[in-house]
Amino acid sequence: MDLHNLNPSSLKSRFTTRFLRALTEINARKPIASSSSPREIFQRYRRIKDAADTSMAYSVRSRRTWSKATLWRLRTPSHRRRLASFGRRSSLNKTRTTTTASHRGAVVVQITSRGGGLGVQLEELRELVPGGEAMDLCNLLDETAHYIKCLTTQVQVMRTIANLYSLE
Amino acid sequence: MSSRRSRSRQAGNNSRITDDQINDLVSKLHQLLPEIRNVHSDKVSAAKVLQETCNYIRSLHREVDDLSERLSELLATTDNAQAAIIRSLLMQ
Repeated sequence: MDLHNLNPSSLKSRFTTRFLRALTEINARKPIASSSSPREIFQRYRRIKDAADTSMAYSVRSRRTWSKATLWRLRTPSHRRRLASFGRRSSLNKTRTTTTASHRGAVVVQITSRGGGLGVQLEELRELVPGGEAMDLCNLLDETAHYIKCLTTQVQVMRTIANLYSLE
Repeated sequence: MSSRRSRSRQAGNNSRITDDQINDLVSKLHQLLPEIRNVHSDKVSAAKVLQETCNYIRSLHREVDDLSERLSELLATTDNAQAAIIRSLLMQ
């Protein structure tokens, strides 16, 4: 990855800035008697991972459902989240649509809301993409593409930073 | 154009989503996936693309996890100054 020609307004650049800032803050919170017990390392791992996900969600230009869902997940305490998801899940099952198969085009599309066809993969995808449960099919596919793009950027930057740190 | 519209209306559902639109989105996804097995890339079924997408997202999540772990161990052994140095390097 070429670091010297970083476009200051690119997604990669915005994410890198935010994430590094967060890493500095996390590092500053290290206890003075810094024997790194496994528990401390685990806490730091959680904080770093959440910082990475949050930084990426903040760095997207046009706010997406997945980025909003990520921020909501990381900022809302779990008991309030559980209450919210009860209401959301019950209203969802009425809105899944059924599409008949199309025989034109290279990709055959057959989507049902119960098992069969693409049902299972769609369910899996909904669980993997933040906020996926509430999206209709078109939005889900669109958000997935954007989410993958951002995830790969996130991984790229994190890997570069880790390599830089381990050069010492 | 009108045939596409009437076909989706026959499907008896939300006519805003056409099959061709879905096809386009699925092939857009397909292009994002790492092409390890570059076989018949124009004949891939939607199910395969979605399956590969799920696998890819899972592997990306795993990489984020691994990198976060690695970073947390590295942070334990380096000091603050280096983060500032790295940031100033990248900001140029």
